[in-house]
Amino acid sequence: MLTIKDLKASVEEKQILNGLNFEVKPGEVHAIMGPNGSGKSTLASVLAGREEYEVTGGEVLFNGEDLLDMSPEDRARAGVFLAFQYPVEIPGVSNANFLKTAVNEVRKSKGLEALDSKQFLKLMQEKMKLVEMDKTMTQRSVNEGFSGGEKKRNEIFQMAMLEPSLAILDETDSGLDIDALRIVANGVNALRDGNRSFIVITHYQRLLDYIVPDFVHVLYKGRIVKSGTKELALELEEKGYDWIKEEVDATLNA
Amino acid sequence: MSDDLKLLDDVANSEYKWGFVSNIESDNAPKGLNEDIVRFISAKKNEPEWLLEYRLKAFRHWQTMTEPVWPNVTYPKVDFQDIIYYSAPKPKVQLDSLDDLDPEIKATFDKLGISLEEQKRLANVAVDAVIDSVSVKTTFREALLEKGIIFSSFSEAVHEHPELVKKYLGSVVPYTDNFYAALNAAVFSDGSFCYIPKGVRCPMELSTYFRINSAGTGQFERTLIIADEGAYVSYLEGCTAPMRDENQLHAAVVEIVSHAEAQVKYSTVQNWYPGDKEGKGGIFNFVTKRGICLGNKSKISWTQVETGSAVTWKYPSVILKGDNSVGEFYSVAVTNNMQQADTGTKMIHIGKNTSSTIISKGISGGRSHNSYRGLVKINKSADNARNFSQCDSLLLGDQCGAHTFPYLEVSNKSAKVEHEATTSKVGEDQIFYCNQRGISTEDAVGLIVNGYCKEVFNQLPMEFAVEAQKLLAISLEGSVG
Repeated sequence: MLTIKDLKASVEEKQILNGLNFEVKPGEVHAIMGPNGSGKSTLASVLAGREEYEVTGGEVLFNGEDLLDMSPEDRARAGVFLAFQYPVEIPGVSNANFLKTAVNEVRKSKGLEALDSKQFLKLMQEKMKLVEMDKTMTQRSVNEGFSGGEKKRNEIFQMAMLEPSLAILDETDSGLDIDALRIVANGVNALRDGNRSFIVITHYQRLLDYIVPDFVHVLYKGRIVKSGTKELALELEEKGYDWIKEEVDATLNA
Repeated sequence: MSDDLKLLDDVANSEYKWGFVSNIESDNAPKGLNEDIVRFISAKKNEPEWLLEYRLKAFRHWQTMTEPVWPNVTYPKVDFQDIIYYSAPKPKVQLDSLDDLDPEIKATFDKLGISLEEQKRLANVAVDAVIDSVSVKTTFREALLEKGIIFSSFSEAVHEHPELVKKYLGSVVPYTDNFYAALNAAVFSDGSFCYIPKGVRCPMELSTYFRINSAGTGQFERTLIIADEGAYVSYLEGCTAPMRDENQLHAAVVEIVSHAEAQVKYSTVQNWYPGDKEGKGGIFNFVTKRGICLGNKSKISWTQVETGSAVTWKYPSVILKGDNSVGEFYSVAVTNNMQQADTGTKMIHIGKNTSSTIISKGISGGRSHNSYRGLVKINKSADNARNFSQCDSLLLGDQCGAHTFPYLEVSNKSAKVEHEATTSKVGEDQIFYCNQRGISTEDAVGLIVNGYCKEVFNQLPMEFAVEAQKLLAISLEGSVG
């Protein structure tokens, strides 16, 4: 589904990704961990097509197509979804109106007819249950005045509405208390269907207790330096990142 | 259709959708302005002597005035002798029913989406349609008359209700008020007249649709709305014009009188031709709109969505004379390309416990300039007056300008006046967020801007609000690089 080959990217002339390789197959859940500044969020931004991030080398194939050649909206329409670390507020635009526009754009690109208000409302009610969302939240302006937890829940709700084939969760667990974390994770798990793939970017092993990954990768200095299964996450939790840093730095200096 | 027309049509449809010219024969006055032209207009309309006198007085006064210069807009000088001051669609026969209406005129309004046929009416809207200088058709008159509501063209009102016209004409905007008000008083051609009797709530929206069609003409319409004690009316105004290379002048006057416990809601969606991308052509929209709250607890609300015109000067105002009266001004002004807008309001507090609210949203794109200019004046007599003003500016791109000029004159210590102002840019992170959900940049800007204007759109009647949102999206096309 997603193949990343030797990806290099920089922001403000500073090289962040230094030849990153990895592959995601349909239905897989990959966790990406790593110390601060290792390039985790840069990877998410590059995949979603944020303008400030310049790709300086390598390629990304999404279902056989050159993802890097597509506009951000085309990537979204093709099924790439990014749950933002810092969801953006859009005053005066109701969540429902925003999502209706988005859902119908995605449908249009697939040659499907736009949903009318009634159909849309029904879909919304169905998906709201997944994240235990309050009805009033759909009428409030997008993310405006939402608490940190509500914002993250709203991201998962949007994901449920848009039904992407690849979802990238950028530190969705940051700033969540344990109850909110459980709700968000339940939402994500409900969307695992054997075909939909996930890249879960996180600092902490805690989230992975709820969203159990198939693979865990450690990102350091813009590269994947170690891959394993969920046991690797537990090991990191226990030992921290220093032992990996030492390993890598030793080879780099050698 | 000839190639030229086809081309015009294509251009019109892609950018300014209302830029077509209808092939209507018209009856024009010769170009230029002098007393004879004023007499010509008055004679054309079979006006009584008193009205001719009024026009001549206004004309003579106008001649003593100098054209005002605004500090923040630039435009070529208007040659007042190069304008046709009267242009009327030539009626084929005397109009007795809609069937007698020139099919071209009917087609024009159909194209604009204004149905003049009462059977196929929009939900509960009575329409007065004005082409160039003349009102061509007022719908629903009979139904309204049953409640005692008078809704007609201004010219008809002059003949049928001279006592009302005489009493109120110029009572809110005297011809001495300003250069363009004087000009309008001298040469005004037609417009709408509306009177709601005591205690009557007008059961439908009243609407005037203005259309400039003929080349080289100015449009000088005059609207007079009177709500007697305890009455209520919601009034809508829409405007379009063909695309032309030269500038056309539109200098209207709107007067509103709201008696004790009466309420008038006046909504405008102004979409005059704004000129092309380089600033060629377009309407100069120099308009005086003012209402007076005469009695206790009377209320006037202005809501305007300004998207068109090359240059707009417009300050819909409320004189709060009655105690406990309320004035409101909700405005969205959009400028793109080379457009210039200088718009705002004046709230003049005279009565006790009067309150006013000003919500202004300016949006500028391209190389346009958008200014809010507003005055809140609290007179000595206005004990416990309240005002709240909020003026927000939104910039699209980095070559446009937004300016805010709030003027405050407070002569009573018990007044409470609050002013808030913000300037912001449509955030790249907001656009990216929309993009990431599959929404194109252009649609994202439309969505964000509509959200930004929500407080104002909420004030508009439902169908008008939908119209305004669409208009906004069209006006902003290409505004973000």
